[in-house]
Amino acid sequence: MSDQPVLAPIYNELMAEFPQQIEIESRPGFKGVIVNSSALVDVVTYLHDKKGYDYLSNLTAVDDYPEDQLEVIYHLFKSTGGEIIEFKVFTKRDEPVVPSLYSIYRGADFQEREVWDMFGIKFAGHPDLRRLLLWEGFEGHPLRKDWKEPFYEEDIKPYKNRWPEGRGERIENRNPFKDNVQYPRDFDPKIYEPEADQSVYKLLQSQIPQDTGDLKVEQLVVNIGPQHPSTHGVFRMAAVLEGEKVLALKPVIGYLHRNHEKIGERNTFLQNMPYTDRLDYLSSMSNNFGYAITVEKLLGIQPPERAEFLRVMMAELTRIASHSMAIGFLLNDLGAFFTPSLYALEERELILDIFESVAGSRMMCNYFRFGGVVRDITEDDFNKVKYMVEERLPRKIDDLDRYLTENEIVKMRCQGVGVLTAEEAINYSASGPSLRASGVPYDIRKVDPYSIYDRLEFDVCYQNHGDVYDRYLVRLAEIRQSLRILKQVIKQIPDGPIQTGKVQYAVRVPPGEAYGRVEGPRGELGYYVVSDGKNNPKRYHVRSPSLMSTTSLEKMCVGGKIADAVTILGAVDVVLGEVDR
Amino acid sequence: MEANQDINRPGIEIPAELRQQVTITTLERIYNWGRSNSMWPMMFGLACCAIEMICTAASRYDFSRFGMEVMRPSPRQADVMIVAGTVTKKMLPPIVRLYNQMSVPKYVIAMGSCASGGGPFKEGYNVVPGIDTYIPVDVYIAGCPPTPQGLLNGLITLQNKVKNESMKEAGWYSKGKEVEVPIPVLGPDVFDPRKMDLIYEETHKPLEIPAEDAGTEGEPQ
Repeated sequence: MSDQPVLAPIYNELMAEFPQQIEIESRPGFKGVIVNSSALVDVVTYLHDKKGYDYLSNLTAVDDYPEDQLEVIYHLFKSTGGEIIEFKVFTKRDEPVVPSLYSIYRGADFQEREVWDMFGIKFAGHPDLRRLLLWEGFEGHPLRKDWKEPFYEEDIKPYKNRWPEGRGERIENRNPFKDNVQYPRDFDPKIYEPEADQSVYKLLQSQIPQDTGDLKVEQLVVNIGPQHPSTHGVFRMAAVLEGEKVLALKPVIGYLHRNHEKIGERNTFLQNMPYTDRLDYLSSMSNNFGYAITVEKLLGIQPPERAEFLRVMMAELTRIASHSMAIGFLLNDLGAFFTPSLYALEERELILDIFESVAGSRMMCNYFRFGGVVRDITEDDFNKVKYMVEERLPRKIDDLDRYLTENEIVKMRCQGVGVLTAEEAINYSASGPSLRASGVPYDIRKVDPYSIYDRLEFDVCYQNHGDVYDRYLVRLAEIRQSLRILKQVIKQIPDGPIQTGKVQYAVRVPPGEAYGRVEGPRGELGYYVVSDGKNNPKRYHVRSPSLMSTTSLEKMCVGGKIADAVTILGAVDVVLGEVDR
Repeated sequence: MEANQDINRPGIEIPAELRQQVTITTLERIYNWGRSNSMWPMMFGLACCAIEMICTAASRYDFSRFGMEVMRPSPRQADVMIVAGTVTKKMLPPIVRLYNQMSVPKYVIAMGSCASGGGPFKEGYNVVPGIDTYIPVDVYIAGCPPTPQGLLNGLITLQNKVKNESMKEAGWYSKGKEVEVPIPVLGPDVFDPRKMDLIYEETHKPLEIPAEDAGTEGEPQ
């Protein structure tokens, strides 16, 4: 704990430019600066236009209850790579208002709506500040510290009634409704009129361009989802169609909102690890990775060399499994029902076998620990990985390539569909394959290397058209690069311990904050963790790449055909567990 | 020994030379045999468990071996609804609506701990602690997520249940037994129209406890 934190030069420039408006964050363990709410838009415009901070990575809030203060935290990066800039805005709890960054970064759209939903902070200037994950009419803002869920027991786990000598009472029995519900006083269900969906339809109607021609065409409101085979889960697109053309489209999400962050704040640090598995359930190892390195930043520890190699090995295997599944299901969405997916799933199954053998579970691996991994890989499993990487997978990926890449239908359906230019992709905070397909070679493994990626040789894959076809090509190329990384890992992996220090179940995390990010299969997976020195995190936020990708969905779909909207969603490859958390 | 052992009525001897050609059975047996070997699941996934459901449908585990390969995206054509994943309050009304839209005979499998009882997310404010609080469930499958073998076991359990059903007692042949489940409404919190009176009673109860404690849940009754 140094008393004088070393400030990056950009902060000094900011202080010189806006002397009255900026303060240095002085709490130990915390970084960045505090910006005066009234100057926020000026400061951000300056950073965006003059300093090249064009990528809004993360926007979230923290409740400082019982102090009368809410913080909004911003993490900005340059799309050309380089240092992070982090700043906060403080606002009062009873009437929280912060200027919106919607006009500068469109990527702020959903993030600000989420903060409004969860904390009740109003963003002045946001054109569409509706609830994002819950429904209109929900009572309260759940991530505020004084808001308690119906099954509330205690602030911190493990709960007393789960101790062996405890009462062992079921929480349902204490709730008057015998269910996970609570209602405000004087709520009368008989006269209640739900308003949940009306706001979406009103908004859609307002966005339709006025008729200019004299031919009268009927418009149709269509809801795709939440139960629809092409939406990859419980995702809903409310669209207005004119014939087959999409006039307006709004994604409606939250159907899988599992309160990851509220539960995460009740859990101890280590208890969150298995929950991260269930975020993006196609790539649990990458999720573990992101959370582990974030908490390690707070703890100030470094895993041993062998653990680092094992981590990278698992993360890259996950990427291969996830990308091949994404390719398979993109073809599903194109109408090639299930056959290409079967090819992809076959390889995925073999990778999952390795995971099951190493970590104990096929999908929910829970393999990483702070300062290492939970167990070592056996000789047998190592040989399996070796076989997969050196013999089987390259052959199978070439097969997939041969079957699909030059396929005429694939080309016709994918080329020129769902185009996102480089500027748009950056502005919408797209990440991962979506961003790289638009011609921005931004890969966190290269621009902000973590673990041992700076020592491994690989290329950043990118394409220039930004359409569905290019996203497919980027994924295919990334599988090949992952194989290249894995070959090096297999050659270089040293012997040694797999855990720093002794195994601990209750880690003591010093007060402070950390933002850690990894390049997951879907893009930048960030974790923002605040500790106040207790057993559980004070704030635990997941910056999910899938949520950011849905921000740009509207932009990609409007003007196209409705059948293409399905393709675009398939190419963006959202995982709903991560979108809604 | 015989291929049609499943449907043969025990106790009736068939001459040995006819055993491959002739079977003697009851209407009920052959009806249930046919139904249980053509269970069409609804193509409907909620969360992580849906991925394992897809794996079960794929070539390695392949549940078409048991007559279930026809996944129907429409509830009108499906026999069994596999609730695969966490049921959230926001998703609850569509699920109940889908259940009502399925034609009888219909079955529900709660796949995984979330659908069975809330699982690791039970305490969440937007999570329904088990789909059985709203719709009847026939088979529960443990696991988070259950392995494909687990799902297959659950489906076979359901087949066994179907095989032992009786047409006489089956609800869908008697009038007036089928009731639609009322669709929950999203209010300040989700509410079940069947519980309106209880909710009204609780929210209009005179305050007994000091005002600052009014918000806390779980006061002893």
